[in-house]
Amino acid sequence: MTKWAMVADLRRCVGCQTCTAACKHANATAPGVQWRRVLDMEIGQFPDVRRVFVPVGCMHCDDPPCVSVCPSTATRKREDGIVTIDYDICIGCAYCFQACPYQARYKVSKPTFAYGDDNATENERVRFKAEMMNVAQKCTFCVERIDEGTAKGLTPGVDPEATPACVNSCIAGALHFGDLDDPNSNVSRLLEENESFRMHEELGTGPNIHYLWDKRS
Amino acid sequence: MSGVTQFEGVPPWLQRNWDIRAAGNFVGGGTGTGFLLVASLAGFKLGLVWPLALIGLAFVGAGLLCVWLEIGRPWRALNVFFHPQTSWMTREAMVSMPLFAIGLAAAWFNSPSLLLAAAVVGLGFLYCQGRILKASRGIPAWREETIVPLIMATGIAEGAGLFLALASLMPGALPAWAMPLFILVLAARFLLWRTYVARLARGGAPKKASAALRKAHPLIFWGGHVVPTVLLALALALPPAVAPGLAVVAGLMGLAGGWYMKIVIILRAAFNQGFAVSFAPTRGAGTPAGGAAPGWD
Repeated sequence: MTKWAMVADLRRCVGCQTCTAACKHANATAPGVQWRRVLDMEIGQFPDVRRVFVPVGCMHCDDPPCVSVCPSTATRKREDGIVTIDYDICIGCAYCFQACPYQARYKVSKPTFAYGDDNATENERVRFKAEMMNVAQKCTFCVERIDEGTAKGLTPGVDPEATPACVNSCIAGALHFGDLDDPNSNVSRLLEENESFRMHEELGTGPNIHYLWDKRS
Repeated sequence: MSGVTQFEGVPPWLQRNWDIRAAGNFVGGGTGTGFLLVASLAGFKLGLVWPLALIGLAFVGAGLLCVWLEIGRPWRALNVFFHPQTSWMTREAMVSMPLFAIGLAAAWFNSPSLLLAAAVVGLGFLYCQGRILKASRGIPAWREETIVPLIMATGIAEGAGLFLALASLMPGALPAWAMPLFILVLAARFLLWRTYVARLARGGAPKKASAALRKAHPLIFWGGHVVPTVLLALALALPPAVAPGLAVVAGLMGLAGGWYMKIVIILRAAFNQGFAVSFAPTRGAGTPAGGAAPGWD
């Protein structure tokens, strides 16, 4: 089996938001929609204050609450772990928004463009997807790249053509993508060699973005 | 208002995906099914079933209309029936079908037995509403365990309040048990509300969610419970001539208290989970540090 997952090395992330920009470029999301976002967190109190940059987005959970609540079956989980949304079935009830503890979902209720709603650029006109209006949308782990890449015999996380755009773009080598079920994959090795945590793990969702925070001793 | 879901930062923020229309579904569904339940108990004695059935169904229908108006793709609404395996929203929609069928049959045939059957199905509908909230794992104030009994108790209390108010306006229509029953359900609702608020205050919700509940508490306590109970006690103690007036006011206050409680839960205490890290990474100072959960700490 395959289980796609992401590893974010918090020691490396510099909060440059290149992943965010790459995601927007790859997926043509509307202004204000950021499937891949980098949080800028301040932790502690003076004089012991830390600044941490935390990439977030859909965690493609093992037990995704968005899937179980979805009344239309638009949100589904594939066998390889990727949580997808069928825009043609979704009724836009936003129940999945309430179920997701990672605030990963967005809804765009009207065509929205960078230079005004009536002023779409040529690129925005070409890439506008009417089927995504008024329905839920979120990070897909760039599922099309993964599917097309694996069909060509490429390895996601290793071959850029088959790897999510945010991971490809990361200037600091903080983002990694790969198959958790393969003990020799890049992500498996990183998790083996480093201390890691997952966000809101106590909620039992089994998120699949792992955060590295220290070398394993 | 922007046409895009707003992302508001690191600490929990108030959800804005469900607005007053969604709250309307919980208000209408609770009051309607609660009313059907209490009315069904009176139906056998009154013999006049059809208005009772239609009033209850009207509330439930109005609630469903509210939620239909809120969804992004209303003309795909029938897709809501696709996922009964796990979705409580699907189950709510499915239960509404027999609820309306049996309720309308009760009205058509003026049958107290069918009204009772509709009330039982209505309880199922109300239970689904509670579970819809509980399954919302991204909203701490909704996923709390006591939300299901609280939603059920307030639905029954709202229905009992409405029944009390309406029956008090019609001479001879108010059963002797109606006032004591209302006091009982108000007491049950208040106990559940207190438990719910206390559990969230003990770390079950972001600080702002607990603050919103605390802020709403006096009005819910006094206006939704204490004053109606006192009014009913007076109605029971004073001469029968003044009792109906007091009962109408008490019933409407108990009803309004439940509606306000739901609006607070759905719209004002519905802060999301926010973001948290378990550890700060080894960087800068050279050593790792503990994590943080802004808005919760």
